[in-house]
Amino acid sequence: MSEVPGDLRYSTSHEWVRVNEDGTVTTGISDHAQEQLGDLVFVELPEIDHEMEAEEACAVVESVKAASDFYAPIAGTVVEVNEDLAGAPEAVNQDPYGAGWLMRIQPSSVDDVDRLMSPEEYREFIESE
Amino acid sequence: MPFVPHTEDDIRDMLKTIGVQDIEDLFDEIPQQLRCGTLEGIPQGMTEQDVSRLMHERASKDGQPLCFIGAGAYEHHIPAAVWELVTRGEFYSAYTPYQAEASQGTLQLVYEFQSMMTELMAMDVSNASLYDGASALAEAVLMAIRANRKSKSRRILMPTNVHPAYRATTRTIVTNQGIELVEVPFDNEGGHLNLDSLEAYSGEDIAALVIAQPNFFGVLEDVDALTDWAHANGAMVIAVANPVAAALLKPPGQWGETGADIAIGEGQPLGVPLSSGGPYFGFMCARQNFVRQMPGRIVGRTVDRDGREGFTLTLQAREQHIRRSRATSNICTNQGLLVTAATIHMSLLGAEGLRRVALASHANTRKLVDKLANDHIRLRFNRPYFHEAVLTTELSLDGLVRPLYAHNLQPGYMLNDDYPELGESLLVCATETKSDADLDRFADHMARAIEKQTTAGHPVQPKMA
Repeated sequence: MSEVPGDLRYSTSHEWVRVNEDGTVTTGISDHAQEQLGDLVFVELPEIDHEMEAEEACAVVESVKAASDFYAPIAGTVVEVNEDLAGAPEAVNQDPYGAGWLMRIQPSSVDDVDRLMSPEEYREFIESE
Repeated sequence: MPFVPHTEDDIRDMLKTIGVQDIEDLFDEIPQQLRCGTLEGIPQGMTEQDVSRLMHERASKDGQPLCFIGAGAYEHHIPAAVWELVTRGEFYSAYTPYQAEASQGTLQLVYEFQSMMTELMAMDVSNASLYDGASALAEAVLMAIRANRKSKSRRILMPTNVHPAYRATTRTIVTNQGIELVEVPFDNEGGHLNLDSLEAYSGEDIAALVIAQPNFFGVLEDVDALTDWAHANGAMVIAVANPVAAALLKPPGQWGETGADIAIGEGQPLGVPLSSGGPYFGFMCARQNFVRQMPGRIVGRTVDRDGREGFTLTLQAREQHIRRSRATSNICTNQGLLVTAATIHMSLLGAEGLRRVALASHANTRKLVDKLANDHIRLRFNRPYFHEAVLTTELSLDGLVRPLYAHNLQPGYMLNDDYPELGESLLVCATETKSDADLDRFADHMARAIEKQTTAGHPVQPKMA
């Protein structure tokens, strides 16, 4: 069973969101998603200051057999990307909620986070898939 | 096994299964105005026998002329062993190595090709080939736009001394993607790209500068200064390199302080016959940090779980079969058989052999220019050249060239259409395949054609019967 930490919110396209103390949010792909993708070989991240709509395809995660879009879980502006993934994309496989984070977003509206799934809802969601 | 793939009944069944009425329904998604409708001007089908006869007739028209045309395709000696090996069933029958497990030999060969090309270009990585040199340039332009993170612009500096067909192909492929190709004129005296003409763009946001070495006129560019100018201005450098010339000249990876970023070119000079213009293949090399933005695919060497060596297609995740509509290039196949020829050709010649081919080609072209130059014909540009040169005349070029065709001699590429500003100018090329006797024959016929034109007012009296 995939790990679903209790302090995060989740999207239907398998992104997780953590609200930071400064009001920004950190996001990445869930443990379930990385398991489905298999070994990642490359992560293509957006530019800093990139403004995006919710559900916009803003990054690409490539595994050995597929390239998948990463959809912005909420609208906002990219304030930081995980540069370490350029040299070590496997961090997403090994530690999806920690070293494998993808980007930090300044949300357009904090309320957007509340519309995402709770850990319980997400757990049910992946079981039903 | 039936050899007719599907009957009317099969088609009906298949359409029914996916829930549509008509084959037309499958194209619903394509707007009407984008459809080409019926293709007019395409003749009816022909029998195999008719096609065979037509091809023989056309081939015989080609004859065996003495060819002094270069202009992007070059006649070089190809050792007999090259095509003897290439046409073995193991290579000849395979289309492209899609089935990695089934074609380890082909994959290993492509791996060797990549290794040789990176060495020749002094670059870190090579892909497994592209369609041809011209489309390789277009792909390199798209790649530079993706890869240059310093630049927000979609502007590329494209000197007009880059091959006209390469420029036209690139224009066709990239302009509808909002990429602007800024044409930079060549120096009128040297035919090269003058650093002064680039200064107009200093400080502007430019994604990449294209540098051809040698350029379309055969002239050598000051690649170090041009490369450093581009990098100082935040632009990437796309090298358009002749692979034979690269064996002799400084390879793209060593241009300037840090080298070119992408090197592309036409692979035909490496063991592929002229064949009336194709098929040829394109090559592309790049620096390691741009490998993820490279189009096409790379063959990698790896080990299986028992530690045994094997070869595998890798880095193809941005191609159509995996990324569908979001693919970043239009290359999903490669010119595998020609790459096979190039790999065997390079391995037989070796680095030293290739260098000698380059030296002999350069020497022959210099000899040819010396033999042809006279009161009426002179070298157009005052810069060093490799194995091609532009000759110019105040006479009618057509009047000089036409009589030579009649003697089964192809004297070069007329530049009038592509470069009207050069006047009556001819691009000539002599590779190592030309003997001194061949050069003399060209010069003699040319001298006669000049004489005929310059004494046109004093025609020889016809002999009376």
